[in-house]
Amino acid sequence: MEEKTTTRRKVLIGMTSAVGAVGASFAAVPFIASWNPSAKAKAVGGPVKIDVSKMQIGQKIQVSWRKQPVFVIRHSKEALESLPQVESKLDDPSSLKIDEPYRDINPTLSTSTEYTVIAGVCTHLGCAPKYYPEMESQPWDESWVGGFFCPCHGSMFDIVGRVFKGVPAPTNLKVPPHYFDGNILTIGEERGTA
Amino acid sequence: MTQKSSGFFNWINTRLPIVNTYERHLSKHPVPKKVNFWYMFGALASVVLIIQIVSGIWLMFGYENTEEGAFASIEYIMRDIEYGWIIRYMHTTGASMFFAVVYLHMFRGLLYGSYHKPRELVWVFGMTIYLVMMAEGFLGYVLPYGQMSYWGAQVIISLFGAIPYIGESLEIWVRGDYYISGATISRFFALHVVALPLILIALVFMHLVALHEVGAGNPEGVDIEKHLDENGVPLDSVPFFPYKVLNALVAIGIFGIVFSIILFFFPEGGGYMLELANFEEANPLSTPEHIAPVWYYSPYYAMLRAVPDKLGGLVVMGAAIAILFVVPWLDRSKAASIRYKGVLSKIAMTVFILSWLMLAWLGTVPVTALRTTLSIIGTIIYFAFFLLMPIYTSIEKTKPVPERL
Repeated sequence: MEEKTTTRRKVLIGMTSAVGAVGASFAAVPFIASWNPSAKAKAVGGPVKIDVSKMQIGQKIQVSWRKQPVFVIRHSKEALESLPQVESKLDDPSSLKIDEPYRDINPTLSTSTEYTVIAGVCTHLGCAPKYYPEMESQPWDESWVGGFFCPCHGSMFDIVGRVFKGVPAPTNLKVPPHYFDGNILTIGEERGTA
Repeated sequence: MTQKSSGFFNWINTRLPIVNTYERHLSKHPVPKKVNFWYMFGALASVVLIIQIVSGIWLMFGYENTEEGAFASIEYIMRDIEYGWIIRYMHTTGASMFFAVVYLHMFRGLLYGSYHKPRELVWVFGMTIYLVMMAEGFLGYVLPYGQMSYWGAQVIISLFGAIPYIGESLEIWVRGDYYISGATISRFFALHVVALPLILIALVFMHLVALHEVGAGNPEGVDIEKHLDENGVPLDSVPFFPYKVLNALVAIGIFGIVFSIILFFFPEGGGYMLELANFEEANPLSTPEHIAPVWYYSPYYAMLRAVPDKLGGLVVMGAAIAILFVVPWLDRSKAASIRYKGVLSKIAMTVFILSWLMLAWLGTVPVTALRTTLSIIGTIIYFAFFLLMPIYTSIEKTKPVPERL
């Protein structure tokens, strides 16, 4: 008789706890969801347009998209031709590890044959890498071939943003959606999606 | 006591155990009769906690938790509010001093084996306090929305991105935006001033309740509970009041002098306590030349940088903190105090503390190839100290621990 009561009590406690846990999970939804970006935050961050014809060859400019830096670099022919030479130093020269829509189109990894468009956000911990285009010895690499160096944790990328081997950054710099309309570069959307 | 009390006091005391609690936890609480200065840092930590709470409340009067207003409101506190500068520097100096006394307090624990049975939970609660403090300090550092606030937060939040599959969405969820924006600041503000302090105070309460249940340790590692007088009070103990209280007052006096010297003459601590880049407003488009954490996080930051892999770095850093929690179960020595441990423990402790200090320095300077190698060595020593502890503490010969203090 007593054993029966305890069993019944255990079952009831178990069921009550289970129902309580389900209720608590539902109650947690608004508290967790309220931390997601608000409608206002989502609405900000439309595409930006810039005229890239005024850029010098070899110049890098920085554009702000969604308050994040985007680098646009106008490469010289020689620089682009030298790209295959650094491939032995790279971790993922063909950008296979990331979803990179432009990898097979141009060596610049963009939709243009001359300009590279990359997010200036290190894929390690989000710092903005710095551009050191000169081929000269640097404190972090004696045989530096030019590219991006992240001052935070020493990740290195080549001039089109492909990551070196043996650095903390796991993948190449991301290429944001973009398209060129003559000299006008639009960052933040694909052609024809707007 | 009850006979002396007035009617009113007696009325209260029969309903609320003021006298009992006061006697049990303060006036008559037995503490070991012989301790040294290492045993003062717990009291000092509670003093700093009060400084932080009071100065923090006063800072809230002037602070604005918005993207546009945060940086300007700090300048407003510093320049326009009467004595605002002293309140703010009290809070920033307090943050550094909090970590300083807590690190010394933790080192005391390692040195004299304060975590030995039956004080394991005291240690675990203490470590949880340290963990919450690290979060609290980080959140607070973001609030001024200076360059180092922004980029420090960018780095720390990006750590979540290393978690497989959910990492990237977790980052956005933590920020509440695609960059560290007003949304991030206002939630960090709420966590910094309400949520974490509540947790911190609750943990401090548990730390003290657990400590008073098992009694404080001593530098000899002697169990004073073995020899009790006829009232069950340890023979080698003295009552908390006046002995411990007066000791603590001297320590608090000296601490006050040190605190004031920093507050009035070196509030920036040479860029290690308040980084110079943080006197510039956050600019999401430009990373400062050199990103370094404030000094109290730097050993763990050096470990993060030592690992050339994103997820690996996060795991190593997390493990470095996590391993501290299990120290009570890693130390197999019969002697609690370093005074009676063997030579292996003494060597291990010395190497450990030197490598910890080296990591602390490495975490604040820019990376070079040599420094990365040193960081790797330091990280290995850090983990070896803990992971090999069960071995070297059980094979070495300890000296006999005295019976009485």
